[in-house]
Amino acid sequence: MDIALEQVGYTYAAGTPFQKRALHDVNVRIPSGSYTAIIGHTGSGKSTLLQHLNGLLKPTAGRVRIGDTEVTKETKGKQLKPVRRKVGIVFQFPEHQLFEETVLKDVMFGPLNFGVQEEEAKARALRWINRLGLPEGTAEKSPFDLSGGQMRRVAIAGVLAMEPDVLVLDEPTAGLDPAGRKEIMDLFYELHEQRDMTTILVTHSMEDAARYADHMIVMHDGTDVLQGPPGEVFGDAERLAGWRLGVPRTVSFQRLYEEGAGLPHGPAALTEEQLASYLAAHLGEGGSAS
Amino acid sequence: MERILSLQDIRFSYTPDDPDSRFAVDGVSFDMQAGEWIAVVGHNGSGKSTLARLIIGLLFPQEGTVGLFGDPLTEDNLWEKRSQMGMVFQNPDNQFVGATVQDDVAFALENNGIPFGEMTLRVQNALEQVKMDTFLDHEPHHLSGGQKQRVAIAGALALRPRLLILDEATSMLDPQGREEVIRVILELREKTGLSVISITHDLEEALLADRVVIMNGGRKFAEGTPQDVFLKGEALTALGLDLPFAMRLSALLKEQGIPTEPGTMTERKLVEQLWTLHSNR
Amino acid sequence: MMEKMVFGRYIPGDSFVHRLDPRSKLIFVFIFIAAVFLANSTLSYALLLAFTLLSILASKVRIGFLIGGLKPVMFLIAFTFLLHIFFTKEGDLLFELGFLKIYEEGLRQGIYISVRFLVLVLMTSLLTLTTSPISITDGLEVLLNPLKKVKFPVHELALMMSISLRFIPTLMDETDKILKAQLARGSDISSGTMKERVQAVVPLLVPLFVSAFKRAEDLAIAMEVRGYRGGEGRTRYRQLKWDWRDTTALLILLAVIIALWFLRG
Repeated sequence: MDIALEQVGYTYAAGTPFQKRALHDVNVRIPSGSYTAIIGHTGSGKSTLLQHLNGLLKPTAGRVRIGDTEVTKETKGKQLKPVRRKVGIVFQFPEHQLFEETVLKDVMFGPLNFGVQEEEAKARALRWINRLGLPEGTAEKSPFDLSGGQMRRVAIAGVLAMEPDVLVLDEPTAGLDPAGRKEIMDLFYELHEQRDMTTILVTHSMEDAARYADHMIVMHDGTDVLQGPPGEVFGDAERLAGWRLGVPRTVSFQRLYEEGAGLPHGPAALTEEQLASYLAAHLGEGGSAS
Repeated sequence: MERILSLQDIRFSYTPDDPDSRFAVDGVSFDMQAGEWIAVVGHNGSGKSTLARLIIGLLFPQEGTVGLFGDPLTEDNLWEKRSQMGMVFQNPDNQFVGATVQDDVAFALENNGIPFGEMTLRVQNALEQVKMDTFLDHEPHHLSGGQKQRVAIAGALALRPRLLILDEATSMLDPQGREEVIRVILELREKTGLSVISITHDLEEALLADRVVIMNGGRKFAEGTPQDVFLKGEALTALGLDLPFAMRLSALLKEQGIPTEPGTMTERKLVEQLWTLHSNR
Repeated sequence: MMEKMVFGRYIPGDSFVHRLDPRSKLIFVFIFIAAVFLANSTLSYALLLAFTLLSILASKVRIGFLIGGLKPVMFLIAFTFLLHIFFTKEGDLLFELGFLKIYEEGLRQGIYISVRFLVLVLMTSLLTLTTSPISITDGLEVLLNPLKKVKFPVHELALMMSISLRFIPTLMDETDKILKAQLARGSDISSGTMKERVQAVVPLLVPLFVSAFKRAEDLAIAMEVRGYRGGEGRTRYRQLKWDWRDTTALLILLAVIIALWFLRG
């Protein structure tokens, strides 16, 4: 399911003295099946953009196409519900949305709202609770008795149980420790591969964008300034710095090495493994690569 | 060198009456000299935040003693000891008490009965130290997370503490906010020689410390200079900790047949070795 | 809609009224409220209205903004006005149309009551428009200080008020976030039967309470660590300063009250 924004603008509190333009002239396309990372400095408009991806906000200008639904400022609230079934969002600190007496009921909440039958909703909930690696018996517990990391997983299961075609992730690992962070990110990547899902990751972490995404959108000052594969986006550190963004650690290390060694800039190394191979190619075996 | 903190065989359980319960902190001892920076590292649930709460007297251990500035911490000297310490917590929103930046910085001063004239000087001074002195009248909801944490640090500094405890103070911030806060702390330490205990799960941050204490399952797993501690390499990864970037890269290079000196922890040192390899090739 | 509300809003400024000490403003408004009930003649009501308008001028708050923001109250005033006109049947008959009869006394009472209502609303709005909530809290704390002698928790109440004020924007943001998260999970608050709508509020309220309690707990710990143990022995960072403006304002009010007394019918 493709998502495209055409000439999208969004202004908060339009027509009052407090109005604030958050987005203008946004033209982006998120191809079906892609893993797209959206990066941008705080205040660049990326969280406003995110809320347009499933009709939580309607654009005040332009239109958003989500599959075959078109959302403009005239679109009625009722028409948005089917869109929300297809596009699930895992918000930042999703554990803040938990409310039910048991984990099972909380995970079933989404599917039931979208008209899934009780039996099926329950089966799905149990499947996702298990898939997220929560211990046996968690389903019957109160979500408020779990540890922070477990609550996060329950909340994520609640979105995945809706079995959306598009999964939007807003800083899904904020506040987790390194091991937890990696487990969750790897799980999303696995799901992306296995379920042929479109995944959209909004993140501050250039490392995550580089490691997982195949397509990137850079936001600055309320509009899209660059789109392309990570290798290209991270190739030009200076341009990114102009938008107050950095490059992944691997790339900054690579550039440092290249400049000190008097080498031309090679293609950006997006993961530590790539960087190691790149360095080895230069240094190993008598420097056959240079 | 003055010893400002001395933990002796601390044991603490949140449910001491339950015989099956696990100790959140289980027999931990270490000392700290004035001017030192100690990083306490561990994954979530390793007991590191409980340790911080024991030091500042929010909790009292069931066994062992917490020695602060030469005396054991007791219910009687609690407030006096506490007035010599500052603590910054994880959530920037939930520790901002005042209506504006300057009110928040003054809060601890008011509590300790500092006279008005002195207060205005200290507030100004503390905010200058964290570079927030142009934000005097800003309200918290107009500040970024990093700015709020810097205000919280100023609030602690205003009391002129002998020990500053950072309880995961950067873990909820975006990379820029984290950098702002770390830069401020580094500068403070350089200029004032402040003693800092930093509770964190960011090993890059721990690299900046004089000494690292690694916690696991309520016990002290390792203690020493960052150099010593990180040499344990895979044993730390097994605890769910993440080694510094330079070490991870060194390990990968080794697999590719590029040897680096053992114990290379900073990017600078690693890149210098690689440059040498390059020019000797 | 919310943007135009005047009630409880504070608009920063630098007028004579803005610079008054919150204590003098509070005293002023309380005395004024009592003084309004002295008026009982056309001239005395005219004086009250004129004085209120002058105060608004001195505050540099735009009258249009003030009236526009008080629209709901204006309806209430118009309603009371009409009640008096139609239901007071004393004095000369002024106007008659079918069963509608308007008497002189009705018209007079209608105008009096409306003016009284209007000046009360305008003056109290002026207080909140020109004084930040935190200054009002400070002023109240100092003014109520004598009540400490009878063990009334003045300091604690003031602290509670200021912390609540500080957390209002935080909790508003939080509400918006939770609402959006539940909408994304297919929750629907704007349609369905009354019962369904009430049920749809639960997923919003439970997380909001959970988070508010968590914040309260964190805040209490942060306050304790920073040495808070009640009002005893505390000094104050926010200082209130009484100057010539405050004395002048109260003297003017005194003059108005004396004039009111002489203008009584």
